Amino acid sequence: MNCFVVRDLNLHYGDNHALKDITLDMKYREITALIGPSGCGKSTFLRTLNRMNDLIEGCRIDGSIRLFDDDIYAMSDVSVLRKRVGMVFQKPNPFPMSVFDNVAFGPRTHGIRSRQELEMIVEKSLRDAAIWDEVKDRLKKPALSLSGGQQQRLCIARALAVSPEVLLLDEPTSALDPISTAKIEELLDELKAKYTVVIVTHNMQQAALISDRTAFFLLGNLVEYGETKELFSNPKDERTREYISVKVGAGNSRSSSSPDVARLVG
Amino acid sequence: MTVGTNNVGKQEAHARRTKIQERAMGGVFFVAALASVFAVAMICVFLLGEGIPAIGEIGVRGFLLGTDWSPSNIPPSFGIFPMIVGSVLVTLGAVILGVPIGIFSAVYLSYSCPPRLYRFLKPGVDLLAGIPSVVYGFFGMAALTPLLGSSMLSASVLLGIMILPTVITLSENALRAIPGDRYEGALALGAKHYRSVFGVVLPAARSGVIAAIILGLGRAIGETMAVIMVAGNQARMPEGLLDGVRTMTANIVLEMGYASGMHRRALIATGAVLFVFILLIDLCVPFITRGRNAGPLRKLFKPKAGNAL
Repeated sequence: MNCFVVRDLNLHYGDNHALKDITLDMKYREITALIGPSGCGKSTFLRTLNRMNDLIEGCRIDGSIRLFDDDIYAMSDVSVLRKRVGMVFQKPNPFPMSVFDNVAFGPRTHGIRSRQELEMIVEKSLRDAAIWDEVKDRLKKPALSLSGGQQQRLCIARALAVSPEVLLLDEPTSALDPISTAKIEELLDELKAKYTVVIVTHNMQQAALISDRTAFFLLGNLVEYGETKELFSNPKDERTREYISVKVGAGNSRSSSSPDVARLVG
Repeated sequence: MTVGTNNVGKQEAHARRTKIQERAMGGVFFVAALASVFAVAMICVFLLGEGIPAIGEIGVRGFLLGTDWSPSNIPPSFGIFPMIVGSVLVTLGAVILGVPIGIFSAVYLSYSCPPRLYRFLKPGVDLLAGIPSVVYGFFGMAALTPLLGSSMLSASVLLGIMILPTVITLSENALRAIPGDRYEGALALGAKHYRSVFGVVLPAARSGVIAAIILGLGRAIGETMAVIMVAGNQARMPEGLLDGVRTMTANIVLEMGYASGMHRRALIATGAVLFVFILLIDLCVPFITRGRNAGPLRKLFKPKAGNAL
């Protein structure tokens, strides 16, 4: 079953043609990774899926995106779409309020007032985001007192609290340390059982490790899209091969011992 | 080799010179910084030095809580309680009227205003800040007193307008200082525009907005000329919104011209009381704006959080 069906999507920022004829289907309850160099349009594409680009003045979108049976650009109330398609940002952005209130913000927004119900949702969301054990005794503490990795998992919990069907993640680990990153990667693997996940990442290992399908973007074009294993082991397009080999190579030298890096940089 | 040592000598001399220059400039800036502190200290010394003995002579209770201000009676009576009440009520009224309008304006300016409209609105707000208070007073006499009489309400409305630029400008700055990702984060949860602004951005800007309110409050309680022109200035306890009222500032200005002796000193003491009010108000600001989670007043102002599990 397809979750998103994207057809001939074109996006312009003023004169800048940022996405060109994108057509792809994203499968229900799979993890789709969007990769490509900075400025290739992958984040822009991600933000078309919950219409966050609507905020940008001079942004024009043609083509169609269907979420199951609904054309998302025909929806009159974008907040209904955003309730169904949750989003986690690159930099953790907890609200300046308590841990509890952060998670309860979404449900409250959508009209849930009962204290009991809110408590249930908050606990469940925090458990699903694998952070319950760390924060269950500090629910009243300000969210900003958590560590960066915890803040990002809190943001995931906050997104889950409105029971979305899809979770969009825009480089969710690029601002985090390796341990926090590993925790979130593990978490995403679990979330796949209940949600369709779309993740933008610069980290090739991450894409290869956690995703079922990978889409490679370059200069606003969707160059190649397919099963992650296939795309990484046997890329059909020369540009994909080149990008992957360079990135993986760079990743390897970065993760090896630091004197090597020092020598490379020096 | 000789050239080398010579160079070193030159460098050292240069370094010494630079150091002296740096020290001297540091001294100049230090003195400049002291000037304003010195001025405040002098005001303190003068006001309290003249005022406190006068209050002592009149009696603290009789002065602060006495309701009869009759400086020319024999024996005279110097009770400024009606003026304290007047100042507090007029200021409170100004805050009640001006703060919501000011905050809503700031929200509109920072989050909803189309750029083309902003180019007109923003200078309008700035202009409001630059209008002399006597002009406000004329406006009040022409537009407010015919409707509301020379009354506490007139003064509050007028002061409410006068504190708008302070509240708007500072609140707008506080709102703009909040990173946009908080607002986007709320939208991404399906919150509508105003739910995001009032539910997330405004609470995040809380400390700045409260500072704006307090500075507006300070401006209102210290305002003199505009208040005199519309408040009626009767030195008695006000009994309703449409009663005339005299503030502490008005009391001083109206009578200082002819007062002498004890009367004059009682007016200076009134100034000292006003000064203490302003001090208290200003002292609140650093408490509130100090840090993200610090400050007793911040806790006090925190919206009632429904967050206990």
